Amino acid sequence: MNKNIILYGAILIFGIAAPFIFPAFKVQLSILCILIILAITWNVQGGEMGYNTFGNILFYGLGMYLCASVQVGMFFPLGEWTEGGGEKTFVHTPAQFFQGFAVGLAVAAVVPAIIAGLIGYSILGLRGHYFAICTLGLGVAAGEISGGIEIIGAGQGFTTPPFPNVDRLEARGEFFYFCSFIVLVFTFLAVKAIYSTRFKLVLNAIRDNEDKAEAMGIQTMKYKIIGWMISAFFCGLAGGIMGGLVGYIDSTDVAFDGREMGVFMVLMAILGGKGTLWGPVIGATLFHIFKEGFWTFFLGWQYVALGVLIVVIVIYFPEGIMGWLREKYPERFGEVVDEADRKAQVTLK
Amino acid sequence: MLTLQAVLDGLLLGILFALIAYGMALQWGVMNIINIAQGDLVILGGYIAYFMYLYGIHPAWGVIVSPIIMYFVGVVIYKLVINKVVDRDLFISILATFGISILFMQLMNFAFGADVVLANSGYGTTMLFDNSVTLPNSKIFSAFISIVFAIGLVIYMKKSKLGRAIRATAQNARAAKILGVDTEKVYAATFGINAALCGVAGALISITFTIHPYMGLPYTIRSFMIVIVAGLGNLPGVAMSGMGLGVFEEFADYILGTEFRIGSVFLLLVLILVYRRFKLSRKREYLK
Repeated sequence: MNKNIILYGAILIFGIAAPFIFPAFKVQLSILCILIILAITWNVQGGEMGYNTFGNILFYGLGMYLCASVQVGMFFPLGEWTEGGGEKTFVHTPAQFFQGFAVGLAVAAVVPAIIAGLIGYSILGLRGHYFAICTLGLGVAAGEISGGIEIIGAGQGFTTPPFPNVDRLEARGEFFYFCSFIVLVFTFLAVKAIYSTRFKLVLNAIRDNEDKAEAMGIQTMKYKIIGWMISAFFCGLAGGIMGGLVGYIDSTDVAFDGREMGVFMVLMAILGGKGTLWGPVIGATLFHIFKEGFWTFFLGWQYVALGVLIVVIVIYFPEGIMGWLREKYPERFGEVVDEADRKAQVTLK
Repeated sequence: MLTLQAVLDGLLLGILFALIAYGMALQWGVMNIINIAQGDLVILGGYIAYFMYLYGIHPAWGVIVSPIIMYFVGVVIYKLVINKVVDRDLFISILATFGISILFMQLMNFAFGADVVLANSGYGTTMLFDNSVTLPNSKIFSAFISIVFAIGLVIYMKKSKLGRAIRATAQNARAAKILGVDTEKVYAATFGINAALCGVAGALISITFTIHPYMGLPYTIRSFMIVIVAGLGNLPGVAMSGMGLGVFEEFADYILGTEFRIGSVFLLLVLILVYRRFKLSRKREYLK
């Protein structure tokens, strides 16, 4: 317990100090926070519940569009804003910007959760690969359809309000970093709290054998929907912040980017280890470092590298880092190991 | 008369989709994998025909050349990746082939450029019903070739030794192994045949429509949809649902506008799955 407090304290202090220690990497650190949030939320669904989804990108993109639309629409006519392509005809005052952003984030979190609840009953009735393909279809369909809607910019994209400079203080990086960091801490604590309750056990029961769980009297559909809503809530939040951070929303390349973000979140959670609390965090961090390295040094070949990485991780490393550690050091994970038994098993193999 | 035009266009298009879906059903039934890279194999096959066109050979020959090349591409993919995911969870195969799909997309983007291209076959058009319906001859040609290949494959599966081995493996891989079928070879051949079918379809698509490195995923989704509507191993069903999808798409294009065409295909997939789910849940079952 004591060790844990020191660990968490150290991470928290590092998180707060990071933008000042590495001022050049503020944006990268914010993106890292967003990636960790996405990996954690994917893990709630894919790792704990066993419902492997490609469709959480739907909530991420939805959150992005909603946050930006609310932020603009609260003060100015939305249609004219997007038509002008973010021309400086309307300028947010700092108060308007922050108010709009706060309300926008709230909407970006709540509405995706509600939508997840509404569509959950129909879609969570599918299992296994049908669920995976169905959610893949949902994500792509959302991208294609939002690319045809005029009021949110259609094909030409949506420019989010520029960050206002209060007294010429350039604090954009810090603002978005702390936003994403606070949401990350909030997400982590919320998920940690959830994982210590009966709810997590129910989710695991659904993953291990849904029919038996149902036979034991668990209302699986209810729990599945709640699980998806939790996932959607944090995905929407992450999307809202990411929209402000990137500053420009395109339907298929930024918001509903199934080819990048949608796969990244699956990959990060699997790389770190599905079904663990720390796995997605570690996986996302490693993945981000790897990705940035590749994106910088092998520009153009990044998708080739990404494709190879997916294949290699999925085939040779499906248990992830935490799974590997668990196999190697089971004592650390609270499993009681009989040494003689373990040796016997090894020789049997 | 636009309705008739859309229906005919849709039917001819749907036959092509059915050919791709047939490959999908084959590998799904035999090897129990879902190949997300299916569409990218189609596009790659299309680029082979396009390159022949660039070097002055009539692209219709691509129908012969492309499947031969694609067969070996398929076998190589099988040896490198697929044979490690055959007996595993379906999600693993989905994700692994998703990786292959991304890889292919980008490699094709490097090799062939990001332009939308078309291999001009130089076939004219046919006017029907007092010139009110225009059918490009290339579409009729492609539908005809698709039917020829599909029938050929069905006969091959029924009569040849390899075809029998493939069907035996699909029914029970273990029993087939006991009876001396080299299932590893059968799997490789199945994936190769699937890739070859994609090659034919791709060559035909490059003649009739356009190809682009990133256009693969919709073809995968279409073939997946056709297979789940028709069921595995139901060939007339695959042909029917393929044509149905083609007609649906033409009408969606015509009514909603071209920008919603792909979106409506993906949405239709979601709707079909949800419909099936509700229908089965009445019997307390789920899609397996």
